[in-house]
Amino acid sequence: MSAGTTPLLVVEGLDAAYGRARVLFDVSLEIAAGEVVALMGRNGAGKSTTLKAVLGLVPAKARRLTFLDRSIAGLAPHRIARLGLGWVPEERRIFTELTVAENLEVGRRPAPDGRAPWTPERLFALFPNLAEMRGRRADAMSGGEQQMLAIARTLMGNPSLVLLDEPSEGLAPVIVEQMADAVRAMKQEGIAVLLSEQTAAFAAAVSDRAYGLARGEIRASGTLDAVSAALAV
Amino acid sequence: MSALLEARGLSKRFGGVVAADAVSFSLAPGEMLAMIGPNGAGKSTTFAMVGGQLAPDSGRVLLDGADVTGLSPAALFRRGIGRTFQVAQTFATMTVCENVQMALLSAAGEVFGLWRTARARHREAALEALARVGMAQAADRPTATLAYGDVKRVELAIALAARPRVLLMDEPTAGMAAQERAELMALVRTIARERAIGVLFTEHDMGAVFAHADRILVLVRGEIVAAGAPEAVREDARVRAAYLGETGARTAAQALDARETHDGGRP
Amino acid sequence: MDPAFLVIQGLNGLASASSLFLIASGLTLVFGVTRIVNFAHGSLTMLGAYAAALLAPLAMASLGKPLGFWTAIAVAAIAVGLLGVLIEIVLLRRIYRAPELFQLLATFALVLIIQDLVILTIGPQDVLGPRAPGLTGFVEIFGRRFPLYELFLIAVGPIVLGLLWLLLTRTRFGILVRAATQDREMVGALGVDQARLFTGTLFLGAFLAGLGGALQIPRAPANTEMDLALIAEAFVVTVIGGMGSVTGAFLAAILIGVLQAYGILIFPEITLVVVFLLMAIVLVVRPYGLLGKPEPIGAGPGAAFALTLRPWTGVENALAILGILALAAAPLLLDAYGVTVATEAVILALVAFSLHLIIGVGGLVSFGHAAWFGLGAYGAALAVKSLSIPMEAALALAPLVAGLGAALFGAFVVRLSGIYLAMLTLAVAQILYAVAFQWVEVTGGDNGIVGVWPADWASGRIVYFYLVLALAGAAILALRRIMYAPFGYALRAARDSALRAEAIGIAVRRTRWLAFALSGAAAGLAGGLWTFLKGAIDPTVLSIPVSVDALAMLLLGGAQTVIGPIVGAGLLHMMEDQTMPLTDYWRLVLGLVLLAIVLLAPRGVVGAIEALREARRDETRAAKGAPP
Repeated sequence: MSAGTTPLLVVEGLDAAYGRARVLFDVSLEIAAGEVVALMGRNGAGKSTTLKAVLGLVPAKARRLTFLDRSIAGLAPHRIARLGLGWVPEERRIFTELTVAENLEVGRRPAPDGRAPWTPERLFALFPNLAEMRGRRADAMSGGEQQMLAIARTLMGNPSLVLLDEPSEGLAPVIVEQMADAVRAMKQEGIAVLLSEQTAAFAAAVSDRAYGLARGEIRASGTLDAVSAALAV
Repeated sequence: MSALLEARGLSKRFGGVVAADAVSFSLAPGEMLAMIGPNGAGKSTTFAMVGGQLAPDSGRVLLDGADVTGLSPAALFRRGIGRTFQVAQTFATMTVCENVQMALLSAAGEVFGLWRTARARHREAALEALARVGMAQAADRPTATLAYGDVKRVELAIALAARPRVLLMDEPTAGMAAQERAELMALVRTIARERAIGVLFTEHDMGAVFAHADRILVLVRGEIVAAGAPEAVREDARVRAAYLGETGARTAAQALDARETHDGGRP
Repeated sequence: MDPAFLVIQGLNGLASASSLFLIASGLTLVFGVTRIVNFAHGSLTMLGAYAAALLAPLAMASLGKPLGFWTAIAVAAIAVGLLGVLIEIVLLRRIYRAPELFQLLATFALVLIIQDLVILTIGPQDVLGPRAPGLTGFVEIFGRRFPLYELFLIAVGPIVLGLLWLLLTRTRFGILVRAATQDREMVGALGVDQARLFTGTLFLGAFLAGLGGALQIPRAPANTEMDLALIAEAFVVTVIGGMGSVTGAFLAAILIGVLQAYGILIFPEITLVVVFLLMAIVLVVRPYGLLGKPEPIGAGPGAAFALTLRPWTGVENALAILGILALAAAPLLLDAYGVTVATEAVILALVAFSLHLIIGVGGLVSFGHAAWFGLGAYGAALAVKSLSIPMEAALALAPLVAGLGAALFGAFVVRLSGIYLAMLTLAVAQILYAVAFQWVEVTGGDNGIVGVWPADWASGRIVYFYLVLALAGAAILALRRIMYAPFGYALRAARDSALRAEAIGIAVRRTRWLAFALSGAAAGLAGGLWTFLKGAIDPTVLSIPVSVDALAMLLLGGAQTVIGPIVGAGLLHMMEDQTMPLTDYWRLVLGLVLLAIVLLAPRGVVGAIEALREARRDETRAAKGAPP
């Protein structure tokens, strides 16, 4: 992290469990404005749970959990989202009975601090595929198109940080390329991204640095190569 | 080795999506067979078809040569198939021992007994089963008070209590700490050898897979793309590209190395 | 049959369908977003009718006829909508995460409270509203007169459906409602305040209920029995249509309206049966209704209702024996009235205990236990009256009839789970209620069957008490024995983890089915004993309040222990016995008690004592320094 920048999101000593099955052990990480950070780890390592715990969607405890210097521990998920923290879940969770345009409407929130807000038109420029199907019900879309819609829907909330859970999973290589373009576009807009990933290739293409998560613990942090190497041990 | 359990051309579609496409494999007595692959590759679907939760669109499941396709999980249990679940399934309001007794009561065909008190029935056999997984000392504790790793062991004792010939384990080490994982898998392997139980398991922890499987099936997009000994699967270029990657291959290599030194390789 | 008559009959059906749709659409919308089945929805409709009937004359006097009438309708609907908001903020918000049984009981408590408040403020008499100005006439259809207002109602259904469609697709609120119906958590994670969305949905749902009620006043007077009659039908419509689906509710309402209109021509005695039968068939063929999503809703009764078994300690055995001795000595200590109350309490204890087998042990939320109690009661009464068999044989027949009935219906019930299972059991009880009410030749209808007295030797108050104590006591002990037997364990296993139970060879459905039949038989015995105690029965033995009473006993005593339901039966019956002579508003009292239990003491009285004991045990351990 560059010196002097205030971190956007600070997570310190995060523990989480589903029932009595513990999933996260003392996870700590930081993300500064405009950064793209990868959270690497295999299936079941606790990546999704980390993101959900930050958003208050799973019961978790942390020594410190702040966003924009404000504690978000115990806040309702919608309050956290309104502070500018967006989430694109692994399962995408598109509203399949709604049209593309309606899905975007659900995500719409006013932009904070006078930034130009995202509009469907701006998003359609970013994801040209979506423009052609704005009136279509989302259950008639392919997996890649749904993934783009999920990102677009989150951007409609004008977040300053997006938690992006396994965006490349289950997608054809050509779609994965578009996904990488989308992440780079977000970075250009000044949006920070915390990206959970299993495959180094995608993470390497878009992220500035990485954390490595294994069995619910942060095992490494630093460059992507270093983290990949450490995770293999 | 003769096949204990055999899957022949199992296929399943959900809507337009092919979840499993002509999946075939066989499992021998005493063998540890791992099924791996990326999320959505059809592991769960295949597992559910073998375990009776899901009827295949086509294909058959044979147990000792007899067709058991589409039988309910309860019927499969009576024919000698035990199983554990990704999230351990136990009876939370019963003691540890009662959990195991339940399996024995069922195996003895006594669950519709309305009169004799259940509490003491099959207690000795249940204690024995618990001792085998190292949980005898917790026999009279409420299951709800156990640590998760211990719940997993109790679940194993339940699944093994009625002496099954086949054990199906869905993500046996999910939710456990590292040390517990290794111990549980070693225990399963020992018991499988001892009792000639065929074990089919899915697993995300490549360390557990390559340290304990005798053979590995790799599923990608509903199809088996590789099957064979761990060394061969690790070397397979398609498996590396589609699933293992560099990281997984390295984990696999380490697990295999450790295995050489521990038990001198596979039998 | 005259074709013109058939057309008219069809139009009548469509008019009823419109009213039904208005009510059901609100219920299904609220359910879709909040996942709560609001028992009080019918009460909101009733309030809409009262409000409109009382307001319209005043408004018509001051604003002129047409304007006053329609203003009164609008004001009534809006006022009920605001009441819905109040209910959401004060009650529902506290129980969104509670098991569905608590939600049903809490909203049923509202039914009781609203009913008594209406009687308290307006009085028990029906309130007749004015007829709609301009729509009082008739039109001629195939030479027959058909009321204009009915024609107007037929149009209202599609119009409201259209407006709802516009609201749901063209406004941000509507889009959020649809999104939340599919995935509430995701909507929250996108920054939408769920609390406000839920409040808004409750306003819309209650508004529709109020409107449905208000539009009834030119057809029928507002009365205090509308609430339960309407809610039962609205449940059927939403379940058949698929919970959460507005279009499904519309289709189901038409189906039912028309079916009822023609059904009355073919089976005048059992039109209600036809309706509930349709629901049972739809649920078996399409377990999630016509347009419902195949998703499990409701996870069963929850931990607060899960019986945990342990052998009784010496103290507990001693207390039980003491309790039995005290009961046996009761006739020596009580006056004649007291003996009757004690007899009733023992019978009700059997009802609660038999329900315990299904809910506490089996984990199945049954909301229609009155069915088996009533079936036993009617079985015994009919045996004596029509077959002229003696009391002893009738008492043997009662559990048999109820057990067979429970086995028959149970075969359908155990195919379902969660909220759908609760709805189907309620429907089953309502089917039997309808039969008893409408099949006058056999059941005596509303008047019931009178003059069913015990055999001579058992006709003394005290002798009959001992007979009840012996039979009900034996049944309770047998049920308790079953709970400790392998079957009880298997039933509990299926409740704790159906997956695990199946995987160790327990046929979950068959196990639950047998439990259902056994429980029904025990409740049937209680019904038979009740018949001979009262000497007369009427359809109320099959009504929803009886089912709720049984649940309340279970809840009050605590379902986590074996003894809880018996203690609960005693407590609740004593309470009702004490309050009823003092106040006419016992429903209000019962409603408040139900709310208090759900919100304050979900483990019940015995559960609370157990919790205290556990806490003390932990303290002692801590004091001794031993590991917990």
